[in-house]
Amino acid sequence: MVEAIGVHKAYGRLEVLKGIDLTVQRGEVLCLIGPSGSGKSTFLRCINHLEKIDGGALSVDGELVGYRQSGNRLYELKDHEVCGKRAEIGMVFQRFNLFPHMSVLDNITSGPLWVKKAPGGSSKDRARQLLDRVGLADKVDAYPNQLSGGQQQRVAIARALAMDPKLMLFDEPTSALDPELVGDVLDVMRDLADEGMTMIIVTHEMGFAREVGDVVVFMDGGVVVEQGDPTQVLTDPQHERTRSFLAKVL
Amino acid sequence: MTGPAGLSKPDAGVSRDRASMKIVPVRHPWRWVTSGVILVLVAMLVNSLLFSHVVRGGTREGRFQWAVVGHYLFATPVLRGIVVTLELTVIAMVAGVVIGIILAVMRLSPNRLLSGSAWLYIWFFRGTPVLVQLTFWYVGISYLYTHLTLGVPFGAALVTLNSTTLITSFVAGALGLSLNEGAYMSEIVRAGIISVDEGQTEAAASLGMSKGLTLRKIVLPQAMRIIIPPTGNETISMLKTTSLVSVISGVDLFQATQNISNTNYEVVPLLVVASLWYLFFTSILTIGQFYVERYYARGAARALPPTPFQRLKMSLHHVRAKPVPALSEVPWVAPHD
Ligand SMILES: Nc1ncnc2c1ncn2[C@@H]1O[C@H](COP(=O)(O)OP(=O)(O)OP(=O)(O)O)[C@@H](O)[C@H]1O
Ligand SMILES: [Mg+2]
Repeated sequence: MVEAIGVHKAYGRLEVLKGIDLTVQRGEVLCLIGPSGSGKSTFLRCINHLEKIDGGALSVDGELVGYRQSGNRLYELKDHEVCGKRAEIGMVFQRFNLFPHMSVLDNITSGPLWVKKAPGGSSKDRARQLLDRVGLADKVDAYPNQLSGGQQQRVAIARALAMDPKLMLFDEPTSALDPELVGDVLDVMRDLADEGMTMIIVTHEMGFAREVGDVVVFMDGGVVVEQGDPTQVLTDPQHERTRSFLAKVL
Repeated sequence: MTGPAGLSKPDAGVSRDRASMKIVPVRHPWRWVTSGVILVLVAMLVNSLLFSHVVRGGTREGRFQWAVVGHYLFATPVLRGIVVTLELTVIAMVAGVVIGIILAVMRLSPNRLLSGSAWLYIWFFRGTPVLVQLTFWYVGISYLYTHLTLGVPFGAALVTLNSTTLITSFVAGALGLSLNEGAYMSEIVRAGIISVDEGQTEAAASLGMSKGLTLRKIVLPQAMRIIIPPTGNETISMLKTTSLVSVISGVDLFQATQNISNTNYEVVPLLVVASLWYLFFTSILTIGQFYVERYYARGAARALPPTPFQRLKMSLHHVRAKPVPALSEVPWVAPHD
């Protein structure tokens, strides 16, 4: 589903990604761990066309990110084509980023209604279903600031799911939450994984990574240091950098 | 002072004791003194406005000649002037907001040519007095360009118009005020746009929304909370700035009253007529601003502030049934050490 080969990204002279190689199969859950500033968010943003890569190749579902191949030429995607690509990938942010001026229902239907131009009635029904699924059926008409952090994050997940994405990206979805609210969000993500959603999750929840992840990738300094089976990477890391990172967070 | 020990729950006996004590509110003697002074001043003002008399030209008459004010308050020329004032205000503000949004988006664009030209526009229109701009549009344009032509750039002309007939004082006034207002509004809109968290744009982008859609549906509605209060201010200010069209022979509310007093020499009563109308429309705008602000506060405040009407209802309710403070509402005051 996602294939990265030698992905490079620099901000000015600061090289943030120095050749990332990894693959995510359809239906697989990949957990991305690593110290702060190692480029995890940057990599996720590259997958979702929010950043342009400077080198290497990145493809989602067999199509290059940011380019369209025609014959043996690559054409840079136009703005509306980029929007179309993003619409197929769901993203959940650390700080929720719900639209505060819109009710929960309007937040969830915003994508289907405005981007996919779906009919209003079915969008609303679907939004209610999704809210029910994340356990917030009674919050349809609430505004985001009337919800707890955990509830907001579950609405954000529902909002992303409303676009029927083929891939979900999570950037530290539970880092801004009080410990007792983390569980509800992780439950929703676990259900998604069980249903076969392809997911890339940047997380500090090692227990969750081990339980739900099919692969754990440890990144540091803009490169993938180690990857493999979660239990193996988390309990018996092969690299010194992985060991010292895990010693700090576990 | 109040350490953790002070916050701990006092034993039941003490608390019940305290709960039954009479509460003595803080006294504010200076409030009474200042209120007294203000009351006296108000009484003097009312007396001077309504009941005092002066002798003018051998006849004794009311100082403020309210009868004259009343006579001209709804005079046809005055009402016509009001229409002009309101039209100019509405046109200038609507056009100003539209120009302001366009300029603000241009200024925030990564394209240097766009942001540079917006900067230049704002620099020019904020840097010259609006009175000069108005005069320029009225006399300058017809002087520089006797005919205005609509057509292909450097090519064939489709329509040619005589500038002096096209640029009436109303057109010049509307044009000048709008262009000038656009420069000020753009800074207000820009402040609103940059106040919206970047995460909002990012979340919108991740749902596949285009830049234009994001601006219209996500960014601007949130920016409104920042944009509305100064825009209300600008509108009120514009209502009065329109009186400048009198210098380019526009007949607005102010000029209409001037025209009357030029023939009957009742200068002060007609100034009062103009002021009363300006005050009346300013009051309406102020009320309107309250409700617009309240509308755009949705989602920003957990509970919307009550409208004056709701507040009235609440205070009436309060008077009818004065609540006895419940034991839990009486704050426990820890002893000072
Ligand atoms: N827009 C930007 N401009 C310049 N530098 C940036 C930008 N975004 C990120 N960086 C830098 O890139 C590096 C990697 O950032 P990134 O956000 O990807 O790290 P991260 O692994 O997600 O860290 P964290 O765990 O703290 O979220 C950091 O050094 C950061 O300062
Ligand atoms: Mg990050």
